[in-house]
Amino acid sequence: MAVTNEDVKYVANLARLQLSDEEAEQLKSDMNQILEYMETLGELDTSDVEPLEHVTEISGQFRKDETKQPLSHEDALKNAPDADSDYFRVPRVIE
Amino acid sequence: MSTIAHEKYEAVIGLEVHAQLLTESKAFAPVSTEFGGAPNTQVTPLCLGHPGTLPVLNENLVRYTIRMGLATDCKIAEKSIFARKNYFYPDLPKGYQISQYETPICYDGSIHIEMEDYDKTIGLTRIHMEEDAGKSIHDQDPTDTLVDLNRAGVPLIEIVSEPDIRTPQEAYAYLIKIKQIVQYLEICDGNMEEGSLRCDANVSVRLRGQEKFGTRTELKNMNSFRNVERAIQFEIERQIELIESGGEVVQQTLLWDPNKLETRQMRTKEEAHDYRYFPEPDIPPVIVGEEMLDEVRSELPEMPDVRLERFINELKLNEEDARTLTENRQLADYYEGVLQHLDDPKAVANLVMTEVLRVLNEESIDIRQFPIGTERLAELIALKKDDKINSSAMQQIFNHMLKNGDSAMDLAEEMNLLQVSDTGFIEPIIDDVIEQNPDEVKRFQDGKKQLIGFFIGQVMQRSKGKANPQQVREIITKKLN
Repeated sequence: MAVTNEDVKYVANLARLQLSDEEAEQLKSDMNQILEYMETLGELDTSDVEPLEHVTEISGQFRKDETKQPLSHEDALKNAPDADSDYFRVPRVIE
Repeated sequence: MSTIAHEKYEAVIGLEVHAQLLTESKAFAPVSTEFGGAPNTQVTPLCLGHPGTLPVLNENLVRYTIRMGLATDCKIAEKSIFARKNYFYPDLPKGYQISQYETPICYDGSIHIEMEDYDKTIGLTRIHMEEDAGKSIHDQDPTDTLVDLNRAGVPLIEIVSEPDIRTPQEAYAYLIKIKQIVQYLEICDGNMEEGSLRCDANVSVRLRGQEKFGTRTELKNMNSFRNVERAIQFEIERQIELIESGGEVVQQTLLWDPNKLETRQMRTKEEAHDYRYFPEPDIPPVIVGEEMLDEVRSELPEMPDVRLERFINELKLNEEDARTLTENRQLADYYEGVLQHLDDPKAVANLVMTEVLRVLNEESIDIRQFPIGTERLAELIALKKDDKINSSAMQQIFNHMLKNGDSAMDLAEEMNLLQVSDTGFIEPIIDDVIEQNPDEVKRFQDGKKQLIGFFIGQVMQRSKGKANPQQVREIITKKLN
């Protein structure tokens, strides 16, 4: 199943990326190569193998339910592209 | 719309309930979850989605979710993992919500509901852990949306029911039951109006006897228990009318408008959802061992159904009273607290259900804010039980106890309400009443026996409520016959 131009545009839109036609073409070819490689891996029988979700074998690392000092209000808003004295300010998201 | 057409159909309803957990700190960051702080003051770099931050799982998020799972007969997964749900929205600065997808921590449970004419068990597909988003404010600024991220990362559980619900009333009963359970477990305050409990409903209709589900719509924005019931009712009727008039139900998300009492299509600039879930690489698998399960199991309180049965069977309360008293855990705890000091379940139930509940309603307060402690209330009821005061005195003293911390006995003395059973005190008053009301005496002796109430009333009034009405009745009866 080859990746089409439409697939590239759809995925780019989900990731909020704007691609030029050349970039889209390049990505389509990259993605197809990646999928081809995956086909090779698919030749291996993995029906008895549990999916690997994490590469480390750590588990059960919990944090005690305690609070610490938050970021100061000034620091919290400092890197925002736009903010007023209280809130982050973003382009209107509902009509 | 005729009811005949309605009766041809049945509704199929599934509910997704989000409950905000009462943990001290957020799901993955050690910062307060407290409601009502100034905007953007309870945040960490993680809540803001800054690069280089790592989530660390709050132990109580896991424990509270297991509590809910055990209380609803779920299986608890020994291993479950978190997943990223990817979408862009300004109140979610990371660009994904940390949730659970293929492996919820709790699954295959059930909740029992009681309707007026029948009982029913609603299946639970799953309960999973996730984080809340921040708050977008659309109506405070003329051109922009404002964002407060205090709520971003507050822990939630999502409780997903099987499509077992058939009527809006069942949906209501199911939700009330969830509220009661989370309150008993003390994992969520269960307040829909304030958003600590939220509900989305999937609704479809089909001809009775048909097995295949109809096309469903998803209802959102129902911010009270009654609104859930109303919105589902509205949507069922809308779908039936649509089908009956030759139309087809379109799968879509609808918003409930609580002012116009109707559903309308949701319109946002959001694109079609494609969440591209994948395992959250930053959080190791959650392993729930036997030890943890046993610990959580031992922390579970007596659940409402069990307590209800005990109140009926052991305390000999009638079902209605037992139901009222066990409706919320704190009230039931208070009631049993009073019983610790005075073993008279019926008398205590009476006062709690009339006077105490009246005050809670009038003042809109919780039993935890109620000013009369269990021991003081027990003392008041004991005074009445021992015939030291009468009912009207009990009420007067009760009202005073709300305002000051004196004991019932002190107040009874101070307000001069202790009953006097000394005949030397009562007899002269009775004699006066008889002497001053010759007409009534004559009519009484001529057979108008209900006038006894008049004489007792007169004596009670003149004794300023201190006479024992039972004793007054006896003496008057003796004197007039």
